[in-house]
This record gives sequence, structure tokens and C-alpha cells, in this order.
Amino acid sequence: MKVAIMKLGDVLITAIPVDLTDEDAVMFQSDLLGEINTRDAKGVIIDISALDLVDSYMARIINDSATMAGLLGAEVVVCGMQPQVTITLIEMGRELLGVDTALNLDLAMEIILAKTHSERGDQRDG
Amino acid sequence: MDSLFPVRLDILAQVDIIFCRQKVREIAVAWGFGLADQTRLATAVSELTRNALEHGGGGSCQIVPCQKNGRDGIRVVIEDNGPGIADIAQALQDGYSTHRGMGLGLPAAKRLVHGMDIESRPGRTVLLIEMFLNN
Repeated sequence: MKVAIMKLGDVLITAIPVDLTDEDAVMFQSDLLGEINTRDAKGVIIDISALDLVDSYMARIINDSATMAGLLGAEVVVCGMQPQVTITLIEMGRELLGVDTALNLDLAMEIILAKTHSERGDQRDG
Repeated sequence: MDSLFPVRLDILAQVDIIFCRQKVREIAVAWGFGLADQTRLATAVSELTRNALEHGGGGSCQIVPCQKNGRDGIRVVIEDNGPGIADIAQALQDGYSTHRGMGLGLPAAKRLVHGMDIESRPGRTVLLIEMFLNN
């Protein structure tokens, strides 16, 4: 299954679909990094609101994707984590370390724009 | 409720990880488990069926009802005929890593469920987890 990755301005937006196989998850990661590179994205929003569970494998995919995107110079925000997913991640000890999170896509976009504008030293925003 | 059982699923491919955890969730929902416990159990099943596939070369997942101290629960038994876990005590320790630095996720899964039992020897590994209502 190919996961759609969209672009809005300099920001890539993608939503991980529920019940991705491990293979598809790896392909998603690879596609995302490719897109950051070829489309010169400054930010990435990964929406995980469709995930009704996140096991250690998916947690690692998300974590590593965020780390790799950071190495490519992109700001990353994960949004939409479901409460029951938050609970299990904390209890497992697999919380998404070092990844910025937001409640929803609107807030994620605000964070990304603030981060990418401040990095450019955008004077217009004061 | 008994008409749901017995449930036995083969773990032969990555899609089976998904089938098993979906089936477990379906049963947990039917039994009246809350969303948090449904998710805990399904997540633990996801971890353990992946182990059976990736480390055990494939196996099976059985879901049966169980009881403890008068409380109803769901028991999931995941078996494989792989090389086995050399040191179970070590595998149950946080921070122990084997395959690609991830370990078996056993301590993580154990924290999610109400009970876990492990038996393992070369050729046969059996993981038993239980989740009870109103625990």
C-alpha cells in the first residue's frame, strides 16, 4: 500500500493508515525521506490519528522517520495520537522520544510554521 | 459468548500479525473490555505474534476464555517452533537487545497485560497472556 504524501507550501503532510504491514511501514519511511529530499521540504507533519494501536515496531518507524527527517534538515511534528495509544506507549516504555507532538493537524501546522519561519529569521512575523 | 470460541489463527505472514490483533480486539470488545484494555491486549498480541513470525519462523495464535478469582478474562496463547529464547530471565529484562537492537519487547508486552507466562526451548516457544475484566 502506498501512503499518500502531500505538500502544502514547504511542509509535507502525511497520515499513516491503520494496519500497515511492516513492509509497507518501511516503504512509507523510505518514500517520506525521498519526498523530503526531492521536494525540498522544510517541515513534515505525520498524522497518526488513524492508528488504533502503536506497537514497538510502529513506534520505531515513527521515531526513526522523525530522526532521519531531522538529519535532512526538516522540522517534524507528529499529531493525532489517540489517547489509548498514548497510554500503551507510556506503559510499554516506548514513548516517542525526541519527537514533537501536537493534538491535531491545525496545531501541528502552527508549530511547523513557527519553527520554519524562525529558522529563516523571517522578519515579517516580528 | 462461547460461540466466539475456539479461535485459532496461523501466524505465517505479516498480515497475520494484523489479523490476530484485530481478532483479539474484536473479542475484547464483545466481552465488554474498555478501550484502554482492548488496546493493551491488542498491542501485546501484536508484539508477540511478530516475535513468533520474525524469530520463531511462524506459529499460531489461540484465543480462549479463562477465569481467575471469579473474574472472566481472555487468554491468548502464541506458539512457534523456532529456535527458542535462550535466556528467558534476560529477555524479560528491560534494555536487553538482540535482533536489530529491539529485543523481543517482552518486558513491554508484560506491562500491558494482567498475566504472562513463557515456556521456551529449541523447537518450541509458548507465550501465554491473560487479560481480565474489572481487574
